[in-house]
Amino acid sequence: MKMKKVIAALLALTMVALCFAACGSNSDTTGSTSNGEVTLKIGGSGPLTGDYAQYGNGVKNGAQLAVDEINAAGGVNGIKLEFKLEDDEGSQEKAVNAYNVLKDWGMKLSIGTVTSDACIAFQGEASRDNMFVLTPSATAVEAISGDNAFRVCFSDPNQGVASADYIADNNVAKKVAVIYDSSNSYSSGIYEKFNAEAKVKGLEVVTAQSFTSDNNEDFSAQLQAVKSSGAELVFLPIYYSEAALILKQAQNAALDVKYFGCDGLDGILTMANFDKSLAEGVMLLTPFAANATDEYTVNFVKKYSEKYGTDTMNQFAADAYDAIYIIKAAIEKAGITADMSASDICDAMKTAMTQITVDGVTGTGIHWTADGEPSKAPKAVVIKAGAYQAL
Amino acid sequence: MAEKAKKLKLSTKSNLITYAMLLVFFIVMQTLISTDSISSLLNGLLVPICTYSILAVSLNLVVGILGDLSLGHAGFMCVGAYASAFFSVTFADAIPQDWLRFLLALLLGGIVAAFFGLIIGIPVLRLKGDYLAIVTLAFGEIIKNIVNLLYVGIDSKGLHVSLESSQALGLEADGKMIIKGALGITGTPKDSTFLIGFILLLITVVVSLNLINSRTGRAVMAIRDNRIAAESIGINVTKYKLIVFMISAFFAGIAGVLYAHNLSSLTATSKNFGYNMSITILVFVVLGGIGSTRGSIIAAVILTALPEYLRSLNDYRMLIYSIVLILLMLANNNERLNVFKEKISITNFLRNRKKGNTLDKEAKS
Repeated sequence: MKMKKVIAALLALTMVALCFAACGSNSDTTGSTSNGEVTLKIGGSGPLTGDYAQYGNGVKNGAQLAVDEINAAGGVNGIKLEFKLEDDEGSQEKAVNAYNVLKDWGMKLSIGTVTSDACIAFQGEASRDNMFVLTPSATAVEAISGDNAFRVCFSDPNQGVASADYIADNNVAKKVAVIYDSSNSYSSGIYEKFNAEAKVKGLEVVTAQSFTSDNNEDFSAQLQAVKSSGAELVFLPIYYSEAALILKQAQNAALDVKYFGCDGLDGILTMANFDKSLAEGVMLLTPFAANATDEYTVNFVKKYSEKYGTDTMNQFAADAYDAIYIIKAAIEKAGITADMSASDICDAMKTAMTQITVDGVTGTGIHWTADGEPSKAPKAVVIKAGAYQAL
Repeated sequence: MAEKAKKLKLSTKSNLITYAMLLVFFIVMQTLISTDSISSLLNGLLVPICTYSILAVSLNLVVGILGDLSLGHAGFMCVGAYASAFFSVTFADAIPQDWLRFLLALLLGGIVAAFFGLIIGIPVLRLKGDYLAIVTLAFGEIIKNIVNLLYVGIDSKGLHVSLESSQALGLEADGKMIIKGALGITGTPKDSTFLIGFILLLITVVVSLNLINSRTGRAVMAIRDNRIAAESIGINVTKYKLIVFMISAFFAGIAGVLYAHNLSSLTATSKNFGYNMSITILVFVVLGGIGSTRGSIIAAVILTALPEYLRSLNDYRMLIYSIVLILLMLANNNERLNVFKEKISITNFLRNRKKGNTLDKEAKS
């Protein structure tokens, strides 16, 4: 009897060990699919569930669209691309796990993560492995601190500075109030630089009201403070879900001011149950306006809406779409082949990234410096009749 | 040897099983690592698994042994994480030896968390009822919000602290920002390894198990089972409760240090240090069986690894995770399953064997 139990326990143990070992050995390092075709695997992570799911899904669809287009046209230098986006729920810990899952999958290049905090953690792991990262939308400065990391979007400080410049240079307002999320790195990052630049440009920040993610439903106190401060414009460096509530409550409080936001406000028009008339006249800095008439945007909007509808067609999708084409351009420049290791690819890409100039949906003549920041002109749009209009 | 084993107390045997389980886990993982057959995912999960196991074991001290409900364990973790990350970033250049810096960071994180445990425990542990749950819940939320407002920088004049913004610090040009409000601390050295995590887990388990079987542990369990009776025989209720609570906070702080030094950036969000995390740790303890150190570890390991291994199921993994939680809960309370568990229990197997042996002896004599 006893012997049997011991043997059973031993067998169970071996099975567990085998199970773990099997997990290890199934990683595909050769970079070829089952039908023998050579592919380059591009991975990324983003919030596919939870608060910012719209962003993650936008990136997923946008990047997939670009990959499908490239593959249909014969791939990059004859190499087909493969893309996978893992869910990280916007958390750092999950982003590291997602990175490891992608590594097991055989990722050679990555588009990093969608959100900033997650990207800092993801990028930390990636720079240790010397894995190439080109994030479409992580805006925090530290998100691309390694020399392996680049981004498509503007950084937080750039957005804060660009917003203040835009407001001052176009005489939109003189007295500005700010409502920002002090518990969110994106929001407080932009606010800080905006505040500094506003002083330089002679804008008066009459009041800065903050809220935290635990307390983001009732903004009446902040709006009252804005009202009594006599501000002409409210700067909202926050995400669209909170902005929608602020706009609604501001209307109830009969607050008559202009609104200016950053790329976090993008997505407000496609939010469920949002009264679009509330957003009338809201200005925002975003690299993507669906009704722009340049050929890149027209092509992207047509294909994206055909395939995925317009629900997640925001600047995140556009940034991701561009990110894949930027990777394509850099691969062609660097002459990367599918049998190179991730580290060799990264070294080649690092040099190539600073040599290429790319036109895309989110800007023309985009080029990069070695620190990974893109250089392109910021675009501002205004919401008119429920749609973006270029300013 | 066999004779010796028979003389061992039942609790010692149960503890030995726990240690054996940990050792087997360690050996299997180390073998996988050294033969390079470990998946990146599992390799990356090892430190979090140790972190959450330490948290579960330390919370088990409060919930299982002390019999009080603590809903702010993530708060202690947060305190430990921030204190140690602050230390590591500040002294990154001053202390070039990684091991020494990390050791000091570990001690600091644990001691700061234990200190917070002390100042919360002194007033609250004197009270009866669910006050500890209420206060610790508030503590966790307050800590999270405070660190999100904290700006700390350092320059030649020393430390600058502000609760407003980084500009309000008035740093000199050569100054370095350490804590950047909601942006948290970035650039923490990645000092956490599986080996260190495992050693820390082992220390936590040794302390925890020895505490339970010590004079203090017996006193605390007497208080848990009947406070009035315990008081009547002269046990200093507050003192013993405070000891256990502080030890628990200390190890939660240690887990925080491990957490902070495993990621390159540290921010306090509701996901990692909020109420949800406190509940997650409580779930480990409850599903592992309240009062069972071994169970807490097993539950922590399974529930940490499960969502990652269910990734291939995409959106369904959330659904499956919750179903697993419900099933485990039902299984914990199922009588027939409990009978079955008794049958296959290793502890009972040892007990019965012992009984069988004594019976044999009696029969012989």
